[in-house]
Amino acid sequence: MLKMQDISKIYRTDLIETYALRSFSLEVTAGEFVAVTGPSGSGKTTFLNVAGLLEELDSGSYELDGTDVRALSDDARSRLRNQRIGFIFQSFNLIPDLNVQDNVEVPLRYRSLAAADRRERIASALELVGLASRARHMPSQLSGGQQQRVAIARAIAGDPAFLLADEPTGNLDSLMARQVMELLEQINDMGTTILLVTHDPELARRAQRNVHLIDGQISDFRAYEPRRAASPGADTAGAALA
Amino acid sequence: MLSYYVRLALRSFGRNPGITALMVLAIALGIAVCVMTLTVYHAMSGNPIWWKNDRLYAVTMDNWDPSRPYSKDSTLGPPEMTYKDTQYLYRSNIPERKLLMYATDGVISGVGAVPAVHVNTRVTTADFFAMFEAPFQYGNGWNASADEPAQPLIVLSREENDKLFGGANSVGRTLRWNDHEFRVVGVLDDWFPRPRFFDLNGGRFNPPEKAFIPYGWGAQLELLNDEETDCWGQEKLDTFKDFMASDCVWVQMWVELPDAASRERMQSFMDGYWAEQRKAGRFQRPRANRLTNVADWLRDNRVVDNDNRVLVGLAFAFLAVCLINTVGLLLAKFLNGAAVTGVRRALGASRRQIFIQHLIEVGALSVLGALLGLALAALGLAAVHHLYASAHLYHHGGYQELMHFDSVGVLWAVILALAATLAAGLYPAWRVGRLPPAMYLKSQ
Repeated sequence: MLKMQDISKIYRTDLIETYALRSFSLEVTAGEFVAVTGPSGSGKTTFLNVAGLLEELDSGSYELDGTDVRALSDDARSRLRNQRIGFIFQSFNLIPDLNVQDNVEVPLRYRSLAAADRRERIASALELVGLASRARHMPSQLSGGQQQRVAIARAIAGDPAFLLADEPTGNLDSLMARQVMELLEQINDMGTTILLVTHDPELARRAQRNVHLIDGQISDFRAYEPRRAASPGADTAGAALA
Repeated sequence: MLSYYVRLALRSFGRNPGITALMVLAIALGIAVCVMTLTVYHAMSGNPIWWKNDRLYAVTMDNWDPSRPYSKDSTLGPPEMTYKDTQYLYRSNIPERKLLMYATDGVISGVGAVPAVHVNTRVTTADFFAMFEAPFQYGNGWNASADEPAQPLIVLSREENDKLFGGANSVGRTLRWNDHEFRVVGVLDDWFPRPRFFDLNGGRFNPPEKAFIPYGWGAQLELLNDEETDCWGQEKLDTFKDFMASDCVWVQMWVELPDAASRERMQSFMDGYWAEQRKAGRFQRPRANRLTNVADWLRDNRVVDNDNRVLVGLAFAFLAVCLINTVGLLLAKFLNGAAVTGVRRALGASRRQIFIQHLIEVGALSVLGALLGLALAALGLAAVHHLYASAHLYHHGGYQELMHFDSVGVLWAVILALAATLAAGLYPAWRVGRLPPAMYLKSQ
């Protein structure tokens, strides 16, 4: 489903070249919950950006659902990102002058869905994260945990196959962090593949698999006791949300 | 999606009202200055009877002093002709229509209780109205038979008819023009060719005269030309007859020639007359017998002079400065919102969609700029008009009449604002779409 083979990502300046990812290979099957850990600067976020088609590779191959993403135009990559991938960020990245409902609507807008369909998906997503009653609130009127739940609702409203979460609990206190993790597990249980970048070993242990990065390379694979078996057939949370 | 982008644009304006106002003001100022200049330039440079450009010709011959040209700045002869030359040329049957004319002054009285009123008057032959397509509200012009011997017929402008007869159909009514009784045969409808191509002497942008009388009255009443009369020789000018026989130029002649053949025949006719006169000792300057169409006539008489062109250039330069400032502000604004753009890219917006979103914001900005620019231009034109009008300058060339905001001005403003601002916004809109989203997602 997600297959990276020997990929490299290099950041260049006039003077130096820095390998953010080097000879990086990884396969993730549908429904997996994979934690990506590593020290700062190890390439975790770069990996997530490359996986999410926000950055291009310098070498290697990357297939997403059998499609070679390197051959795609920006329009096609954006469409694939919009339809198959959801993002959750450490700093939530809600658009400050849009209310909760309008924030959740953003990815749906780029899919040219009918208004009724958009409304239905927004309502389902907000229902799932427990914020249906806050649809008209502005982000500034919400707590950090609530904002992150809105971001999760926005990420899953389009029924993506992948959820890419970059330190989603990094700005939250422990109680809120636990709630967000439970929500992610719930979404994973519905069949959505999750790639979670985290510093926190406790959180990483809640994933089915841990990929540890050092200097842009995988230093360690570790499989944990599965919370549940991955269900390759159910590759989106859409069935539950719709 | 369009309505969504428009909503985003309006939201963006609300988020940065100060910078938005600054950009709108910059665009509006540039547009206003350009529209004002172009409105005047358009009025000056237009050919008000372009559809007859290949039919109407001003007739001129250079009878000027053999020892010096008529104008130091030009190789052209005088724009008017002598009375005697026009009398001869007018006898030609080659033109489909022909006219002789000049401007004079008169006083109209004898209309009920209306006080006597001074009117500038055109003494002209009958074809004037048909040649120049002057529209009639009531009645018509006179027939050629009324020119000579002159019959007491008069055509009034609509404005004058409003003053004298309260706008009623005055055809058949009588009045006194310079103490001679005249009968009204026609009232012109609104007619204001700009520039006043048929006679550029009495203010290039002034309205036509308020009254028109048959040409024969000129000689009969010994009416002097009220505008340009140029003489060069040492001639005895004691009487009006002396004046009519002199080499002074003051009569304007136009002909309507329907095709090239008639034009060639008219040219030959003029050249033949010139050769004959030259043998008799006149026309000692190089031959310059000209049939000049309206467009060339306006150009030769420098209706639009270099100052006007320079002014248009300066106005566009000012617009460019305003737009460059706007580009800078747009770039700053768009880059300031790069984090949100990064989020949108992460959520599936393509570069093209980001580009269109920002271009629509630029488009909305340009519409606001155009509206404000139009308002400022209208105010500016009104102010200049007021300035000219209040200066009580009789011989101001009618420039105040150019200071009107017309539909062409509005069209210019809209096209200018949209084209210029969209062009200015292309780069910022493109630039923001090319930003690497990952860089801004971490930094938000």
